[in-house]
Amino acid sequence: MQYLLMLYADESGWNRMSPVEQQQGYAAYMAYSEALKSAGVYVGSNRLRPVSTATTVRATDGKSQVLDGPFVDSKEQLGGYYLIDAPDLDAAISWAARCPGAGHGTVEVRPVWEMSSPQYQ
Amino acid sequence: MLRTGSVNGEPGTEADEPARNTAETVARRSYGKLVAYLAARTHDVAAAEDALSEAFASALADWPRHGCPANPEAWLLTVARRKFIDMTRRQRSGDFVDEDLNQIEAAISATTDTEIPDRRLALLFACAHPAIDAGIRAPLMLQAVLGLDAAAIASAFLTAPATMGQRLVRAKSKIRQAGIPFRIPDRAEMRDRLGTVLDAIYAAFTEGWVDAAGTDAARRDLAEEAIFLCRLVTELLPFEPEALGLLALILYAEARRPARRGAGGEYIPLAEQNCALWNWQGIDEAEDLLVRASTLEAIGRYQLEAALQSAHVERRRTGCNNWDAVLQLYDALLSRTHSPVVAINRALAIAEMHGADIALKALEEIAADKRLTEYQPWWAARAELLARTGAHRQAREAYEVAIGLERDPSVRHFLAHRQSALPL
Repeated sequence: MQYLLMLYADESGWNRMSPVEQQQGYAAYMAYSEALKSAGVYVGSNRLRPVSTATTVRATDGKSQVLDGPFVDSKEQLGGYYLIDAPDLDAAISWAARCPGAGHGTVEVRPVWEMSSPQYQ
Repeated sequence: MLRTGSVNGEPGTEADEPARNTAETVARRSYGKLVAYLAARTHDVAAAEDALSEAFASALADWPRHGCPANPEAWLLTVARRKFIDMTRRQRSGDFVDEDLNQIEAAISATTDTEIPDRRLALLFACAHPAIDAGIRAPLMLQAVLGLDAAAIASAFLTAPATMGQRLVRAKSKIRQAGIPFRIPDRAEMRDRLGTVLDAIYAAFTEGWVDAAGTDAARRDLAEEAIFLCRLVTELLPFEPEALGLLALILYAEARRPARRGAGGEYIPLAEQNCALWNWQGIDEAEDLLVRASTLEAIGRYQLEAALQSAHVERRRTGCNNWDAVLQLYDALLSRTHSPVVAINRALAIAEMHGADIALKALEEIAADKRLTEYQPWWAARAELLARTGAHRQAREAYEVAIGLERDPSVRHFLAHRQSALPL
């Protein structure tokens, strides 16, 4: 099964870090990505730019509404994701627990609704 | 109260009786095993339950005409598999159907019919998975493994039946959609995962324990099923003190079952039970388990509760006054569980040590928990203590409420008897 690991964190935390600490942060994510790849679990990942760059779009009555800012205005924001392929939720949880993001924020684990899986609920 | 579809439905003709009896016996013995087997292979607990329900209905239609099969369990599994595949075919649509069905068919057919592997423990751990909401784990285990219906579970857990039904459906969807595995946790995770499994086993036992006279076969079996599951856990985890503690606790309780009701079915409180009727073999086993648990030096709720049972047995056996030790155990238990039920029993122990007035104060301290205003034992304890202080009018009123809240007629009768014994 595919799982999306969504990394939520306080963005200001990154900016408060020293360059050395930021370097260590990058290294931790690089190592994590490598580990996912060598285990054959990795499907994809991306880091997102800060929420100050976010735009929210919604179409109401056929009319698009475009707003500056993220969907939810909270302290912890979605900062990136990993898409992984794991045999079950326990495996996904154990990868989420190893993610550096779990140490300085929260990782939400969501199963991907694969199009070849049951559509009935 | 097992979910056997129409097994417990309309009364049949006399010729249906053997088929009905066989179906009910198999339902009680094999329900959880068959659900666990189908669910572990498909991850779909709800569909496994539905398929099995339909299989039981087919059994009732088929067995009276063709006779009971030599291996009813295998017969039910074969039919349930077919129902499962039929249901899947009806519910799914699109290009992937064939591939999907083939996978499912292969998954649930990959075994011989003679020996169905027991996957109940794996199902228990799936139901008690940390990704499942804590409040629904025990009800889920009761339904999936033991076949209790949502209404019975709701009443045991003081919840509206419709709400309980919805929460069970949601939990089963989560197991399937989030890919919660059906496996027994590694030794490293075991201790954390075990607590919730034990809680649910205990909940199952107490549901069976309610039927004290053992007249309702399905419920009596529930206690036995709980003991079976607990034994299974202790066999798998012989060095888990809380699993041993829980098994000791429920064996102590079960050992007293023959003495809990008189010849006429009347309720007999612990203090008045005839100890000769207790199952001393069961009590000896419980004592041994408790000793084994204590050597592992990790005290917990179930060991404390078993130790309380042991103290009650000891007091009745030797006539010693051990209320001091009992009260200490209740104190330790209360600080761990904060359970209002423990607090009620603690108040009764306080009465033995320090008198009814102080015990009444302890009982009133916990009355802030609104659930207790609908809880029979709280009112019965209050009535008992009020009677001892001489507040007979208030005691009579408290008994009245207790009687009104009790669903077991023999307990109602006992309380009414106590009430009528009060001086006017």
